[in-house]
Amino acid sequence: MATSSNAPLIEVQNLGVRLNTSRGPAQAVRGVSLALKRGETLGLVGESGCGKSVTALALMGLLPDSAVLTGSIKLDGRELIGLTDGEYCKLRGNRISMIFQEPMTALNPMHTIGRQVAEPLRRHTGCSAADARREAIALLDRVGLPDAAKRVDAYPHQFSGGQRQRVTIAMALACQPDVLIADEPTTALDVTIQGQILDLIADLVEERGMSMILISHDLGVIAENVQRMMVMYGGTVVENGETDKVFSRMGHPYTQGLFRARPKLGARKGTRLKTIAGTVPELADLPSGCTFADRCPLVEDRCRAAPPPVIDVGGGHGVRCVRTDVSMAAAVGAPA
Amino acid sequence: MTASADAPTVATARKPATGFWRRALRHRSFVLGGLLSLLVIGAALLSLVWTPWSPYDIDVASKLKPPTAAHWLGTDVLGRDIASLLLVGARSTIAVGIIAVGIGLTFGVCLGLLAAARKGWTEELIMRMSDFTFAFPAVLSAIMLAAVAGPGMLTSITAIGIFQIPTFVRVTRGSASAIWAREFVLAARASGKGTFLITIEHVLPNILSILIVQATIQFALAILAEAGLSYLGLGTQPPQPSWGRMLNDAQTLLFQSPMLAVYPGAAIAVAVLGLNLLGDGLRDLLDPRLARER
Amino acid sequence: MSVFLLRRFATLLATLIGASLIIFLVLDALPGNAAQMLMGADASPDAVRALSIKLGLDQPLSLRYLLWLKGMMVGDLGNSYVYGTPVAGLIAERLVLTIPLAIMSMSVTVVLALSAGIYTAANHNRLGDVGVMSLTQVGIALPNFWFAILLILLFAVKLQWVSAGGFAGWDDGIWPGVRSLLLPAISLSVVQAAILARVTRSAVLEVLREDFVRTARAKGLGKREVLWRHVLRNAMIPVMTVMGLQFANLLAGTIIIENVFYLPGLGRLIFQSIANRDLIVVRNCVMLLAAMVVIVNFVVDVLYAFIDPRIKVHHL
Repeated sequence: MATSSNAPLIEVQNLGVRLNTSRGPAQAVRGVSLALKRGETLGLVGESGCGKSVTALALMGLLPDSAVLTGSIKLDGRELIGLTDGEYCKLRGNRISMIFQEPMTALNPMHTIGRQVAEPLRRHTGCSAADARREAIALLDRVGLPDAAKRVDAYPHQFSGGQRQRVTIAMALACQPDVLIADEPTTALDVTIQGQILDLIADLVEERGMSMILISHDLGVIAENVQRMMVMYGGTVVENGETDKVFSRMGHPYTQGLFRARPKLGARKGTRLKTIAGTVPELADLPSGCTFADRCPLVEDRCRAAPPPVIDVGGGHGVRCVRTDVSMAAAVGAPA
Repeated sequence: MTASADAPTVATARKPATGFWRRALRHRSFVLGGLLSLLVIGAALLSLVWTPWSPYDIDVASKLKPPTAAHWLGTDVLGRDIASLLLVGARSTIAVGIIAVGIGLTFGVCLGLLAAARKGWTEELIMRMSDFTFAFPAVLSAIMLAAVAGPGMLTSITAIGIFQIPTFVRVTRGSASAIWAREFVLAARASGKGTFLITIEHVLPNILSILIVQATIQFALAILAEAGLSYLGLGTQPPQPSWGRMLNDAQTLLFQSPMLAVYPGAAIAVAVLGLNLLGDGLRDLLDPRLARER
Repeated sequence: MSVFLLRRFATLLATLIGASLIIFLVLDALPGNAAQMLMGADASPDAVRALSIKLGLDQPLSLRYLLWLKGMMVGDLGNSYVYGTPVAGLIAERLVLTIPLAIMSMSVTVVLALSAGIYTAANHNRLGDVGVMSLTQVGIALPNFWFAILLILLFAVKLQWVSAGGFAGWDDGIWPGVRSLLLPAISLSVVQAAILARVTRSAVLEVLREDFVRTARAKGLGKREVLWRHVLRNAMIPVMTVMGLQFANLLAGTIIIENVFYLPGLGRLIFQSIANRDLIVVRNCVMLLAAMVVIVNFVVDVLYAFIDPRIKVHHL
């Protein structure tokens, strides 16, 4: 891993994913590009169905066999698209790991947590069962599972949701991966636990110098945990840049809408939560122009004519909207 | 009020969409199963008005004939026309299926609805009883009955019917309990409707499609069980033709006329296959939630 | 765990007692007078009364039931009305055929069904899946005794590899006995295997959709490894339930199949005893079959607790 600190660790160029859904083939991801250096963190934000989880699964090589991928995904300069499953298996859980949304179902109910945490170690490092077990206990201890040495032989159903998510984190970290993908890691948890788990992930990312892609629909989570962010809508990235810049300037009408739709503490009684009109378009029949056109308050004829280009509004902050002049003037943006 | 407001949604959930037949005719196992079942029913109906020969006419002079223009499938050891026997055999098969499933359906559904509506010890008692009946497969209970009452069509139908009860109890209880937990039933209860009315107006209509599917499959099982019992000589008695009985007669003649053992078995297999495919098709068409992956 | 076991054991005993009660009522109380049935309607009343006393049928019902229960504890099942020999002995000499037959056909069933079910699930919606599933659909529709006759037609009549029936016994070693049970075991298995294969397939497919399968893949396990290490054990629960229920069908099936192949097993004993009106033999055979079914299902339930760590908690 003789990468100079400037070369990206993971680089995605013009990624496209075509899925076979019950309603016919759908272009779930279109032209997504990103680059992540060692130790950097990136947030993906958007409503469900916008393609952020599909992007993550594409990076992991875990999409169904029927999915068609175009573009390029490079890890340390090595192309991942087109790898055989056997080759990919050597990377998954080893150099690139993932934490999933549902800790209640992400663990096998029939195996002890110790066995499940030790499994990637056994698979990738070839260490002995005893060593793997010792390492699993150390990992469980590190992720803050109380009494790790005693509870290593317990089964998932004996733990709470938060504890199980700690177990899945230990599992993802077992082989010291370079890249961690966290797909809505706290969405299924109690609000009180969410902060603890996010802090734990942030600590571990810093401690181990990992790169992280954090996926969330929650702008607050994104604002506090990542250096850069991408807003996705209808399978495309509509806005990307450093988190501070995106939050302070908010170039895309969709980002603005997302921000306004956030519930706020201390809002006056009777204030209605703002919503974005309309619903997420079906990926199977996306409009030909801007995917957000049907719900956009600033829509013009040219928006529907062709997909809008990405406009750099300064400092690497890109917005995929032809009306950034108007939208950014009207923005009510403020740091979250 | 609330209940009636909910009624349209209930109706759409239950009643297949307007395109039911259009969808049905494109469903491969439904069409194939339907055709095979119709074939059997058609044979039974035809036998009521016409058979090539009388299935009761014994003509030992022309016994064990190979297929000819007069006897399409040949004759058996007593010189009876095989084709005619098969046609009339379809009649007993269907009669046995209808009566046995009728017994199982009537008692099973009543007990299942009762268990779902009453809960508590009533449910526990009914369910334990039905668990328990599982220990006696149809053949076993038929044998007990035959030992006591003597063999016969009535004995075997009763035994098969009794054996079907626990299956219907379980299916009914399971799906009815799910309906009882739904909002529109809560709404009906809140509006003061009694258990009995709710069962009739809301629960039963909503589990009807599941019951139809189950009845189709049980019909096939009843045919198999009856054929087995008749083969043992415990079911339909001669001279009433039955496919199981024909197999028993044919077995002693395997070396002389092997084809005699092929026709009746194939007839049973066609009937059972048809009903099973029809059941699978109906399940897909009536309840899309169950349709995945099967 | 132990609480679960105790509760389940209590249910087992209750079921066995219930079964014995029903069997006794149907076979001893309903017919009225077994002696009359044995001797026919024309027998003189005096002769019938004498036979009743000889067979102990003059005692009250409840006493006869309790005596039967006690007899079952100590292995004394009374004497056959027809042969006069102990029923226990009659049954024992038939079991050396029926038990190996049941074991053989259950093994064939499990091997066929699991391999077909796992294969089709792993190749979901591909040609192999569709082909094997169509075969199982046909398999379910075959009456097992007809399939047995077809096997006889092919292997005994046409090819003449085996005899059309009969049992070689175990005196000349294992092979001749196994050989004569081969066709019966296969014909008993086909329908059961077809059903079980479909159950296995849908159970495996169900588990394959679970989140933890994706987690296991994310750890770097290959599809095959995930199937063997993570999926199968989870899928076994519904498969085992059906296996337990199938055992009942299989035992009932032996009654018919033993008749097809002229095998002197338990099923044929029941059948002959009915013809002979030997109700005491019927009663004990039926009880034995019912007990085997109930006990096998008990064992399946206990096995759950070993396979699924969650069960211990649920039942405490």
